[in-house]
Amino acid sequence: MEHYISLFVRAVFVENMALAFFLGMCTFIAISKKVETSIGLGVAVIVVLGITMPVNNLIYTHILKDGALAWAGLPDVDLSFLGLLTFIGVIAALVQILEMALDKYVPALYNALGVFLPLITVNCAIMGGSLFMVERDYNLAESTVYGIGAGVSWALAIAALAGIREKLKYSDVPDGLQGLGITFITIGLMSLGFMSFSGVQL
Amino acid sequence: MSQPTIKEVLLNPLFNNNPIGLQILGICSALAVTSNLQTALVMSAALTLVTAFSNLFISMIRSQIPSSIRMIVQMVIIASLVIVVDQVLKAFAYSLSKQLSVFVGLIITNCIVMGRAEAFAMQNPPVLSFFDGIGNGLGYSVFLIALGIIRELFGAGKLMGYEVLPLINDGGWYQPNGMLLLPPSAFFLIGLFIWAVRSWKKDQVEKNVYKMASQVSNKEAY
Repeated sequence: MEHYISLFVRAVFVENMALAFFLGMCTFIAISKKVETSIGLGVAVIVVLGITMPVNNLIYTHILKDGALAWAGLPDVDLSFLGLLTFIGVIAALVQILEMALDKYVPALYNALGVFLPLITVNCAIMGGSLFMVERDYNLAESTVYGIGAGVSWALAIAALAGIREKLKYSDVPDGLQGLGITFITIGLMSLGFMSFSGVQL
Repeated sequence: MSQPTIKEVLLNPLFNNNPIGLQILGICSALAVTSNLQTALVMSAALTLVTAFSNLFISMIRSQIPSSIRMIVQMVIIASLVIVVDQVLKAFAYSLSKQLSVFVGLIITNCIVMGRAEAFAMQNPPVLSFFDGIGNGLGYSVFLIALGIIRELFGAGKLMGYEVLPLINDGGWYQPNGMLLLPPSAFFLIGLFIWAVRSWKKDQVEKNVYKMASQVSNKEAY
């Protein structure tokens, strides 16, 4: 159990998806003008990461990995080069299914998330999570915990940034730095702050 | 819609409509792979090729794609191209591909590729789209290479692994700025770059949401 807790804490703070690995930056910057919308997006990312990671893990270990097809009588087949294509397919399909399911059963949440759900398909944080899982050889339980942790880390970062940007619009920023420029510098400072977690030993 | 010329689509993205500086596309990888020049160069080359060819292929079949599944079609084309790049890198430059780790795979979700396919290749003929891909790839590369040079030169005193500024530790005179090798510096540098580009090209400046009242002297205020 301790192993999973430390994995979770590490995923949230030390290896923060947005601030330490810069994943999902495009949406991170584009949709962080209001706290409410950014929290909605953050929740959607947690859900999608929490579902896609274990699914991708199952597909990878049982179908794609070197020698994984031994149960089908094909021990020499290595399909791992198809990983990228499969992951993105799984992510796109799951997001689509999630969208339809939410629309049918939880319309309130569906309306709250609105346009963000389809956007999540091209959020690098989701894809990056699956690729990190392959690189680090997580098993099923670990990848579930890591997926949720990574989602929480991203949601935390975007909510914090949105909070700062809401205050920032009242400040007098030099012309050329207005908007995008100052946002980058803000994220830089946040990321510097999050680096202090990297000393945490777990 | 008037047809843009090849020269326009090739040169516009460099500064006038830079994918990173203005369109906010493809920032993830721009930050992560620029701590030294070599990875930045490889990443730029890979992305330019993928964008150019995905634009070419998508533009070729653009009238055959039903609009309801166009996203999936685009994804499949892009993902196949990225697999090719990934395999080539693994075969011929294994240590580099280890350094780039997941970021080669993440070209798939790099918004530049998707964004250009959707915004340009779906409406324009193949050759033009091909050059638009190259142009946007170059616009991205300009940013990446500039960042890579600054971060490696001042952070480690080297370029492409060769010593340029001799470090104090090795008996030289240059005290490296270790901060530049850490991730946050990339954010600051991009922020400053955007500032520089926008001071040069005034029309890119964003409007403030709230206008500040002009400063008044103490005497007038009371």
